[in-house]
Amino acid sequence: MRSTVPLPLTLFAVLVYLFLMGPLVIVIGAALSDTSYLTFPPQGLTLRWFEKIFEMAAFRRTIVTSIQIAFLATAIALVIGIPAAYALNRFRIQLPGWLSTIFVLPVLVPEIVLGFALLRSVATSWELPIFATLLIGHTLIVLPYCVRVVSASLASFDFSVEEAAISLGSPPLKTFFTVVLPNIKAGVIAAFILAFITSINDVSVSLFLTGPGVSTLPIQILAHVEQFFDPVIASVSVLLMLLTVAVMAVVERTLGLTFLAK
Amino acid sequence: MRRLAGWMLSLPALALVVLALILPVGATIVATLLDTAGYGAFFGSGFRRTVLWRTLEIASITTLISLVVGFLTAFVVSRAPPRWRSVLIIAAVFPLLTGVVVRSFAWLIVLGKNGIVNNALIWLGVTDTPFSMLYTQGSVIVAMVYLFVPLMILTLVGVLEGIPDDLIQASASLGAGPAATFRQVVFPLAVPGLIVGAVLVFTGSFTSYATPQLLGGERQMVMGTLLHQRAMVAFDWDGAAVVATIMVVVTILVVLGMTRVAKRLNPMAT
Repeated sequence: MRSTVPLPLTLFAVLVYLFLMGPLVIVIGAALSDTSYLTFPPQGLTLRWFEKIFEMAAFRRTIVTSIQIAFLATAIALVIGIPAAYALNRFRIQLPGWLSTIFVLPVLVPEIVLGFALLRSVATSWELPIFATLLIGHTLIVLPYCVRVVSASLASFDFSVEEAAISLGSPPLKTFFTVVLPNIKAGVIAAFILAFITSINDVSVSLFLTGPGVSTLPIQILAHVEQFFDPVIASVSVLLMLLTVAVMAVVERTLGLTFLAK
Repeated sequence: MRRLAGWMLSLPALALVVLALILPVGATIVATLLDTAGYGAFFGSGFRRTVLWRTLEIASITTLISLVVGFLTAFVVSRAPPRWRSVLIIAAVFPLLTGVVVRSFAWLIVLGKNGIVNNALIWLGVTDTPFSMLYTQGSVIVAMVYLFVPLMILTLVGVLEGIPDDLIQASASLGAGPAATFRQVVFPLAVPGLIVGAVLVFTGSFTSYATPQLLGGERQMVMGTLLHQRAMVAFDWDGAAVVATIMVVVTILVVLGMTRVAKRLNPMAT
């Protein structure tokens, strides 16, 4: 069979992929450079910039906050998102069509606008600590992933199995945990992973919702880059890339990587 | 009974979206409409008009380049042998899952004074003194294209995979050259995917913050950085609310506009 792709086009695609990978390779190189400024190719090799991250209190603190927020926001979003996804599939006919649209709204509203609007509400009418507001903001931006991904796996679940269990006398809540949940496990794991990484990487919402003592890693990176141009940020970036690798490995184990292409 | 159960189960998630998204964003927009002086201040300021214009320009150029680059690359990916296809898809997902900050920061190293471009230029003898290519419109656009090309590739691969090889071979065997096949067969069938991709890239780059902040700084202020500057540096919340409202309106207009275009261009839609 003759290939349908002309050679110049293939070469172009190769160049595009070099363009996509190049800067990330450069970050890794810069993180290992034994110079006090960012440079590539690296001059000398050292791991001291990785040690430096954990010597700096601001980074230690924001890494902890970022992980806490990502875990909590994802957990809350799943706890409220799974029932919503279940209802949207199970009671599709009984519920209005706009309800599923509502859960996509956090993706449609620009994140930076959401961050500012939350800040305004907190300052003017709510009296919440900054950590709580940050958590609300993150829960909102990860909720659509949870509802959508769990919905997708519920769409292929045969609800008559659940009805059979209930008609045989299994209580509804128990049926959900023993019959429905095991069948959508892959979707729940995928939702968790996607939501977690979205929260860890978020800038635009966190930007307005950080205050004295409470900040996230990406915000700390931005603040650091504005003052110093040293390889510390490159090594933090390498850590974040390793996290991405770990995430992709989990997704590959649970769903296969082609899932991410959808 | 079933209706009630459905509502009860959706209620917590619905409450979060209404209380923490619809009400705060709604209140922000309504506040600018009650006292429209903010719009006078925005459009009366040459600087802010420039910012709006610059943001539209950067977002448009980024969308256009990402469309062309993403479309051509996605076509190659969609026709690659299965094993290569999954490698190429993984290679596009990886940058997408790596945060915006990391990917924008990478370009600081590439374009900075001790960056690879400068080192290459010195090595080639083009220049003796390194110069910074940062804080220009070009540096912001390069980094944004870098940010959005993977998204465009992944959006389009699925659509292009759906175009059967037979169709392309039929076109070739009937005498159409590769360029004609591309223009007359592949492109029209990919239009729905191109529109989805364009909406994602345009709205994403129009509302971005980290990339223009890192690579454009104060000199290349865009709507996102202006919103932050108004709210957190100048403490001009009315001004910030106007910027936020304009961002929401532009986003909605683009989404609605492109959906209409999609309906008109797609012969399958009724």
